[in-house]
Amino acid sequence: MTKLVTDIICPFCGTLCDDIEVEVSDDGKQILKVMNACAIGAEKFLHAQSPDRIVRPRMKQEDGSWKEVTYDEAAQYTAKILCDAKKPLMYGWSSTSCEAQATGHMIAELVGGIVDNTATVCHGPSLIAVHDVGIPSCTLGEVKNRADRVIFWGCNPAHAHPRHMSRYSIFSRGFFTTKGSKSRKVIVVDPRPTDTASVADYHVQVEQGRDYELLDAMRVALQEGPLPETVAGVPKEKIYELARLLKSGRFVTIFFGMGVTHSLGKNHNIDIAIALTSDLNKYTKAAIIPMRGHYNVTGSGQVLGWQFGFPFCVDLSRGFARYNPGESSANDLLMRGEVDASFVIGSDPGSHFPFKSVKKIHDLPSVCIDPHMTPTVAVSKCHVPVALVGIEIGGSCYRMDNVPIESRKVVDPPAGMLTDGEFLELVLAEVKRIKGVAA
Amino acid sequence: MTEILIKNGFVFDPVQGINGDKKDIAIKDGVIVESVSSAAKVIDASGMTVMAGGVDIHSHVAGAKVNVGRNFRPEDKLQAVYEPARGVRHMAGGNSVPTVFKTAYKYADMGYTTVMEAAMPPLYARHTHEEMRDTPIIDQAALPLFGNNWFILEYLKNGEMDNATAYISWLLRSTKGYGIKCVNPGGTEAWAWGLNCMTINDPVPYFEITPKEIVAGLIAANEALHLPHSLHLHGNNLGNPGNYQTTLDTLKIAEGFKPNNTFGRDQVLHHTHIQFHSYGGTTWADFESKGAEVMDYINKNPQLTCDIGFVTLDETTTMTGDGPFEYHLTALNHLKWANTDVEVECGSGIVPYVYSKDIYVCGVQWSIGLEMALLAKDHMRCYLTTDHPNAGPFTRYPRVMKWLMSEKARDEVFASMKSEDKVRDRSTLGGIDRELTLYEIAMMTRAGTAKALGFGGKLGGLVPGMQADVAVYPYNPETESDPEQIEWAFSNAKYLIKSGEVIINDSEIVSNGNKQTYWVDVKTKASTQVEHDLSEMFRKYYTVSERNYEVEEKSFMKNPNVIAIDATL
Repeated sequence: MTKLVTDIICPFCGTLCDDIEVEVSDDGKQILKVMNACAIGAEKFLHAQSPDRIVRPRMKQEDGSWKEVTYDEAAQYTAKILCDAKKPLMYGWSSTSCEAQATGHMIAELVGGIVDNTATVCHGPSLIAVHDVGIPSCTLGEVKNRADRVIFWGCNPAHAHPRHMSRYSIFSRGFFTTKGSKSRKVIVVDPRPTDTASVADYHVQVEQGRDYELLDAMRVALQEGPLPETVAGVPKEKIYELARLLKSGRFVTIFFGMGVTHSLGKNHNIDIAIALTSDLNKYTKAAIIPMRGHYNVTGSGQVLGWQFGFPFCVDLSRGFARYNPGESSANDLLMRGEVDASFVIGSDPGSHFPFKSVKKIHDLPSVCIDPHMTPTVAVSKCHVPVALVGIEIGGSCYRMDNVPIESRKVVDPPAGMLTDGEFLELVLAEVKRIKGVAA
Repeated sequence: MTEILIKNGFVFDPVQGINGDKKDIAIKDGVIVESVSSAAKVIDASGMTVMAGGVDIHSHVAGAKVNVGRNFRPEDKLQAVYEPARGVRHMAGGNSVPTVFKTAYKYADMGYTTVMEAAMPPLYARHTHEEMRDTPIIDQAALPLFGNNWFILEYLKNGEMDNATAYISWLLRSTKGYGIKCVNPGGTEAWAWGLNCMTINDPVPYFEITPKEIVAGLIAANEALHLPHSLHLHGNNLGNPGNYQTTLDTLKIAEGFKPNNTFGRDQVLHHTHIQFHSYGGTTWADFESKGAEVMDYINKNPQLTCDIGFVTLDETTTMTGDGPFEYHLTALNHLKWANTDVEVECGSGIVPYVYSKDIYVCGVQWSIGLEMALLAKDHMRCYLTTDHPNAGPFTRYPRVMKWLMSEKARDEVFASMKSEDKVRDRSTLGGIDRELTLYEIAMMTRAGTAKALGFGGKLGGLVPGMQADVAVYPYNPETESDPEQIEWAFSNAKYLIKSGEVIINDSEIVSNGNKQTYWVDVKTKASTQVEHDLSEMFRKYYTVSERNYEVEEKSFMKNPNVIAIDATL
């Protein structure tokens, strides 16, 4: 007989679906089938079963080969490189639980580390824009229940957040949106004809890198102000039409992604998108929500916020928390050669950072805490595989709209494998021993 | 467990009527006792003031909107020194929205041991609890929001009181909440469509219920559930000239209700930050105080309590479950605006604000708070808060004490204002020469607040048997004459003991204590209707499942302290 486990949280993207059902073997050790999840989410659950999983920490040898070590030895190495360093970079945090993040930050406080999360190459510009102009927002349930105008700007949920559209933003039927997608007008602003654009009522093909101009023109159009014939490749009639469409809605929601945060203009694009949202509130109700990527990158910003007061790029190396993205951000530090140890957890900078940064990780004393074999692992000196949060251990996670959800344990991790929280506790104890701090 | 004897201090304890007598306080096993053995640790409090640990009835210190305030205001960290870690202390920074560590250390320095988080959006309850769990030293609890909740709006509209109480009981258990908070009843639901309820008779869009019916229904539900605290209300029309009429209308709703609880609470309605609700005039040009009128009504009605929400004339970060108000505020000051509407339940907004003493409106707001506190006849029913951080950071409580206790200190502030005459003209504060005593301050900051929260037999006093929360301040009430000394002494407790453990020894924090989190588990008759509605609401309109909604005690709470009530009897 198999058992069905319900209401499981998917530890993949910021959509944080909590309706996954998993069929496990009678002894509760084997995941047999994953239901309700998207293709990526299902794969994440099934990959936990992979027979080639690495289950013990490893140190890289002189000749580049790996040698298996114990968790204690890995913790000692990690504590030593962090304590020896003047300015260790402690990066990642987005694919682990808030509990593990909190423990990691206590290590960072003791060793004077710099804590940065994946927002630094993702929604960091959005966080900076929020410092400038705030953010009128709402939970995803408000979108589901009320939104009759939905914009996707520079994002493609059909591929990046596959269940977003059905659970929250396009097809879902809510309290005041009983006809689902027929209750909504959907606008996609993207230079590319994406799969999301194919289900939209309007696809606005903005010229690449001209989002700021178009957003600015939309603000003008809201007030029926004068516009040139075309803005960012879009005819002015179209812009006026869109502005009127938004004003005629009862609840507007703008979702945005990497297409605006990491294209020309960066945080200024978000500034003006937020300003457009604020402006819309003069005519109707409007909210804006960033499409956060990792399932708990939002949580990392939250925990850093309540512990130190800043959402990312937190520099503790001077004995108090400093924040200066551009100076205290992971890539800038690596490229300028300002950090002397690299600690990566719950993220893969090896895949996503520029080559110059990755080479620095390779050259530094480094540890990578990750359940999988990733490009970051390949360039690190020490690899600590850990149990998968949300599958083999529960923990607190924050959805893209900051709603906290407690992820669940579905199956046991491979025998003898530690969770990242447990491993970080070992490191913390060792750091305290080295620093002579009472446990 | 260790024994402690606090010797020779000037004790102020309104619970026992002790008014500055020299007295020893004995502590054993975490509680106050009559006497201890000669082995007790002796704290010499000669020439110092001894009070029970402070109890804050209303402060926004943990949760989703507080953290938005922290994260969207990096500049707030520059308003105060970012303190490095030392001893048992973590790094601690922030000013109007301090980190969890700084929150705890600053409250401890002020001799406070219990703080009520004033607004917990139920869907974000887990976040509130995570922050409270990570806040050392102080005991905490949180009030979930009910005044715009769809279940409540439906049940009250249909007059289904049993369903309303069953639902409240379920929500308190699911969110590990302490009592019923209501913010801008109906107005925040209206705000989901960009609208508001400005009087107690404006119907809520779609739900067709009025704020008046919501408040009356929640008071009735609160008493039917025998909860330790009363309805905790932030009324409609906050912060607008002429709103005192709405406030009086709101307060009148409580007439005829009787408290029904075993916790020693006498009020049926606590109106919070009443200063923001006591404005006269029709525009900002003829803006004036109506504090005297509102306080006169409260003085005459023993079923009411209030906290003031003193404006402290600082730069701060306003944050409230009153979403439309924050939109109104950003339109006024053009500073950045954050807003979060929460499905099915509530909403909130955040805007930085600078209360400048050179702006006459801010000056008048400052004088209204003090005027009301000085006109209050019973300080067991009128409490000291700054609605932290809305009217000012909680770290200014000692400064507010100074203003309340010294006419000279108030006159100095008046004299420093650009529009002194205009400010004096708009309230009666200038003509009030009353100076509160430490006895009255002790009522406003611990005895009264503890009683109103339903902690009467346990906190807020120094009666043998009560939890041993004791603060010793370096202030000699017999010899001290400089008002500045009040502010300094009450910001720098010399000793603080919480649950019998020394937290501050000789002005230095030496322990992170053993914080507790209170919540209320109230048993009601089962309602199949509510079970059905919950199931349907989660299936159709929430974006989390019913099973994933409840906050687990073991993961999210440190030393949970459950107050169990049986409301079926």
